[in-house]
Amino acid sequence: MKKLYLHDDCIISPLGFTTSKNLENLRSGTTGLQKLNKNEFLETPICAGIVNSEILTDAFSEIGNPQDFTKLEQMMLLAVQGVLDKNPELDLDKTGLIISTTKGNIHLLDDLADFKKERLFLSNLGNIIKDFFGFKLKPIVVSNACISGGLALAVAKKMINVGKFSTAIVVGGDMLSKFVVSGFNSFQALSENDCKPFSKDRTGINLGEAAAAILVSDLPKKNSVNISLAGDASANDANHISGPSRTGEGLYKSIQNSLKEAQISSEAIKAISTHGTATLYNDEMEAIAISRSELGEIPLHSVKGYYGHTLGASALIEAILCKHMMLNSELYPSLNFTETGVSKKINVVTAYRKSINLDYVLKTASGFGGCNLAMIFKKEGEND
Amino acid sequence: MTNLGVEHWVRITKGKIILDGEVIFSSEADIARFLKTSFKFLNIKYPKFHKMDRLSKLGFVASEIALKNNNIDEETALVFSNNSSSLDSDQNYQESVKEFPSPSLFVYTLPNIVLGEISIRHQLKSENVFFVEDEFNANLIIDYSKQLIESKKANKVLCAWLNLHNDEYDVFLWLSSESHKKEASEEQIRKIYDADYD
Amino acid sequence: MPIMTDLHTELKASIIEQLNLEDMEVSDIENDEPLFGDGLGLDSIDALELIVLLEKDYGIKLTDPKKGREIFESINKMADFIEANRTK
Repeated sequence: MKKLYLHDDCIISPLGFTTSKNLENLRSGTTGLQKLNKNEFLETPICAGIVNSEILTDAFSEIGNPQDFTKLEQMMLLAVQGVLDKNPELDLDKTGLIISTTKGNIHLLDDLADFKKERLFLSNLGNIIKDFFGFKLKPIVVSNACISGGLALAVAKKMINVGKFSTAIVVGGDMLSKFVVSGFNSFQALSENDCKPFSKDRTGINLGEAAAAILVSDLPKKNSVNISLAGDASANDANHISGPSRTGEGLYKSIQNSLKEAQISSEAIKAISTHGTATLYNDEMEAIAISRSELGEIPLHSVKGYYGHTLGASALIEAILCKHMMLNSELYPSLNFTETGVSKKINVVTAYRKSINLDYVLKTASGFGGCNLAMIFKKEGEND
Repeated sequence: MTNLGVEHWVRITKGKIILDGEVIFSSEADIARFLKTSFKFLNIKYPKFHKMDRLSKLGFVASEIALKNNNIDEETALVFSNNSSSLDSDQNYQESVKEFPSPSLFVYTLPNIVLGEISIRHQLKSENVFFVEDEFNANLIIDYSKQLIESKKANKVLCAWLNLHNDEYDVFLWLSSESHKKEASEEQIRKIYDADYD
Repeated sequence: MPIMTDLHTELKASIIEQLNLEDMEVSDIENDEPLFGDGLGLDSIDALELIVLLEKDYGIKLTDPKKGREIFESINKMADFIEANRTK
């Protein structure tokens, strides 16, 4: 089987419009979340990761007319541009385009503004990105709840192996809308304060908006240490459409299958980037799956305290962060952790750590519909 | 490279349910009534069906028929796609947002919820993916399924195009496995999808 | 919906309607029968929907989902709670 190497990337988020700006904030423990007493989404206060529209419009006007594109499109286009800027030689005729989103431009359902109804369709979002840059291949759009962004990498790997293309840009994005915020609120899942993944005093999730893009290829980056996707697996809980499994079944199975594909045992894993949404049930389920996989001692974090839950972008952003942690031999802290609030032993990283060798990192994600995903990233030497 | 075959296929469109080329159920009624009577036709007890959104109901009925008497296990993967995502339920939920946002409507505002419903019903603890496309594209589904089987992540794949928009439904679901005698090439699959069953 | 005179009956009818309990009738639900678990078999989404029902029909805002578990134990418990707290 061909490998999938992770090349250049770009994250557009409240923490910055370049990956390096995002990493700076992660290292210093600076959150992108803000508490808004008055907001356009709910009558009650919310705490969320919001991309400043004015700054976004300013940045976007360098590459296009902001009036022609929705906020989400602007974020996603800027993310792809960030990758293309670093790869001017890239042949767009042969580069695949894979898009992940849960709700796309769903805010237009309430008010189309000056946009056409087609903009509501997720495949249209794919075509907008394709046409903006002049990609030639038909975009592939993945919409599989909160594992979408990571699943899109697994899709890229499969399509490369089937011979569709050897290089692709994977882009993920979701934005805040009254639709999504009111929905999570009706689930009584939102926290009015900064979320506290895995903590005893956690009171729910924060939502966030962001986009990210990454170039992937079956060829490694020359003269460089490379990070590859060594194993990936998804599994359904077959238990409940919105509640996480009490036994962590689907996530446990995903972790086991991804270890098998990576041909390693759990002892090889050096760190875990969790889903860690800070709901009671998600965090507990994850702790159970991690414990069943004998990974309870392994340092782990959730970055939801920085970004909130960015839905279809989250697992892609977190995969990109895994790549940089591995290249830089560093671990970003899990913000707002107080005291463990899950029934199994886990090892939450509370301070920034340097000089830590991460040759294998596990990324987990779970979502509505009972879906789960595990990915294992591997550090490959210059001569591999 | 792995060759996939079709074990069974189900087509649901314009008031008809077709199994392996044969019309097994038809009704002139509107979609709500059609879903209700087609569920009765299944002759099973499954109260959860009535709680599902219409997209899930369509997927449930189709999979129930395709998987009847079929030898599947928890490693049967689900590879689904459509054009309108969960827009039908999105619109219903959006209506509720004006007054009291409904959690039971919100939960169906993702296209992959139907994968969860089918997984629960048949206890499939398998690989799931939902793609959104401009139109039915057998190629992507077949390629993805082949990769799942080749990499031993699944032993069979339940593939589907499951679209619902403005009360119009268009369903094509097939159970795919290795080296079955009926070949599931892109042309073959396309032909079944395009055929008229009057 | 027909006009109901008795809160218990009214509740049963709206639960059947709101939660899409297609095959059930008002007479199928006992006043003291557990709504969740082995009884009516409702789940966590149903519980959230019942919270919406309380607000919509009776003007009661429930912010602590844990409290819901006690209130939604049976039709009797729900009716008592509504009588004591309703604003409409």
